[in-house]
Amino acid sequence: MKFFFFHLMPYADLDLDYDQKYNSAWVTLPNSYCDPRKVHALYNRYLDELELADALGFDGVCVNEHHSNAYGLMPVPGVMAGALSRRATNGKIAVLGRALPLLNNPITVAEEYAMLDAITGGRLIAGFVRGIGAEYHSWGVNPAVSHDRFHEAHDLILQAWTQPGPSRFEGKHYHFEYVNCWPRPFQEPHPPIWIPSQGSRETIEWASHPSRKYVYLQTFSPVSALARFMAMYRDCAKSYGYEATADQLGWSVPTYCAETDEIAYREAQPHIDNFLNKFLRMPAEMLLPPGYLSLASMKAVMAAKTAMIGRQTIDSVIEKGMFLCGSPATLREKIARYQEEIGFGNLLATMQFGTLPHELVVKSTQMFAREVMPHFRSQRRVSAA
Amino acid sequence: MPAATAPLRRLQEDGMAKSGFETIAGCKIKVMRAGAGNPLLFLHGAGGASAWSPFMERLARSFEVIVPEHPGFGDSDAPDWLDAVGDLAYFYLDLIRQFSLADLHLVGTSIGGWIACELAIRDCNALASLTLVAPAGLRLKGVPKADIFMLAPEEYARNLFYNERLAEAAIAHKPSEAELEAQLKNRLTTARLAWAPRLYSPDLHKWLHRISAPTLIAWGEDDRIIPSAYGPLFQSLIPGSRLTTIAQCGHLPHVEKASELADLIGSFCREARP
Repeated sequence: MKFFFFHLMPYADLDLDYDQKYNSAWVTLPNSYCDPRKVHALYNRYLDELELADALGFDGVCVNEHHSNAYGLMPVPGVMAGALSRRATNGKIAVLGRALPLLNNPITVAEEYAMLDAITGGRLIAGFVRGIGAEYHSWGVNPAVSHDRFHEAHDLILQAWTQPGPSRFEGKHYHFEYVNCWPRPFQEPHPPIWIPSQGSRETIEWASHPSRKYVYLQTFSPVSALARFMAMYRDCAKSYGYEATADQLGWSVPTYCAETDEIAYREAQPHIDNFLNKFLRMPAEMLLPPGYLSLASMKAVMAAKTAMIGRQTIDSVIEKGMFLCGSPATLREKIARYQEEIGFGNLLATMQFGTLPHELVVKSTQMFAREVMPHFRSQRRVSAA
Repeated sequence: MPAATAPLRRLQEDGMAKSGFETIAGCKIKVMRAGAGNPLLFLHGAGGASAWSPFMERLARSFEVIVPEHPGFGDSDAPDWLDAVGDLAYFYLDLIRQFSLADLHLVGTSIGGWIACELAIRDCNALASLTLVAPAGLRLKGVPKADIFMLAPEEYARNLFYNERLAEAAIAHKPSEAELEAQLKNRLTTARLAWAPRLYSPDLHKWLHRISAPTLIAWGEDDRIIPSAYGPLFQSLIPGSRLTTIAQCGHLPHVEKASELADLIGSFCREARP
């Protein structure tokens, strides 16, 4: 199994009483809550944490993309990937943005990723996402055409990477006479593509298609949902006539490791609580604008409220397997069990969450790298059958 | 004046009106119809037109009232070609031709008013009159519309109506499965048409002078979705148009002041085509 250190870069200095005046840390929370001097310190601290993870032997470090919010301060994740490229030199660098439908010119992503791939000598993992619903409010992009634009932007970027340029692209949303990406990506034919998702049949059918075989990442979901969507991916692959491998499947999950289960629980509790109830806080209208999900998916979501709506506690997220928290022995046992049951080959640990301070991030990350990860290194490659 | 309209197939009773399906430009839509007299085509807003209402019933005393559900709304098909309000303008021009409608009184509310404007700037030939009730379609800088996609359902209801009892009744109503499905579909199509630019076309203002039909603009004085300050803007751009504000009324005069609005439209139409 491969381990990745995933940073969200929250504005950890947020005045947590903001919710007495505002209903969300997204879209409409005034940016007067954000002190650029504190952001300066946070960015540098977070980059230190990512570089530490790379030095400790994680297989890669991950950054992501969100806009106009206190939950994640990386509206342009390529800046962070660029900053990391010369300091985190051992493992991969994964950009688990870019929200393609938000862009009027997706060629900018083809160029940015090709640059990162070239600087790092082929260590880039290229993420493609639609962004979460809130992004469509912040950027004024029509969520009703989000799926269409995602697929078309993807096709355009792949064309830019794989067809000799200049070439013409004739889409509904995008049309270019001269697609001619300079530089070309370092990796042939292009960097590995990862698709983070909250889970939908449409996305899985698309990602698992034999022409793509993209790595599917289940983000912040109950382990029951993880199991369901991973099984769906394998079933889709079978129906396409091939066996999916474990390295096509990934799980992104907040993780905290400490000396004992009790210490881990006590140290993590206030910070995961802030993550869940302060940083993730948003009303349904913000999270799920019309068209962001298909009508069928929307009905399913309304029947069972999503993970991101409603109050959660450390107990509820530990119980649902949405938060890995405990001693190295507990984490080894849980990860081994989930992996055996579900068969994913990539674990993306979010080891800083909410207000978790630097010292605890470092302690937890070191312990995880030294006492949890090696246990899975000796394993033979697990097939996803 | 004969209302030379084609008969509707598969007629069913829907309250007082006949309801059935028609295929226009390859798209099957639901159409309700009642009354006799010159034809009056009512174009609904974001909430759809799933049921015959007292407003329609009152108009049906004087007109043959035709109420389609727009493509993408309610029981109507959602065609692949539907991208923008202009598509619906051409669709309804096709409907007018297919139904052989002439001397038509066209009434549109909110997004339906926007569709009516887009239709009228393209071709006014079939129109005897045009009534715009709190139409969307323009942007007045510095006068924002409500963010209808961000409001929670309760806030939305409270912003729709002047009369709080109507808002509370809307909030208390528990939608059936079918109603919920229609609401989701209507909301999706509204986003498709109006998310960006938000509830307006950057080109419409350039061509409103082309409207040659007598035009009435009606606005609820207390409209908190599209402020009544938009009324004078429409009036200034549509030659010879008349602007009326309706007191103690929000964004849905056809619901909140059904009789008053129906009578206002009735007398305007008689004046336009005595």
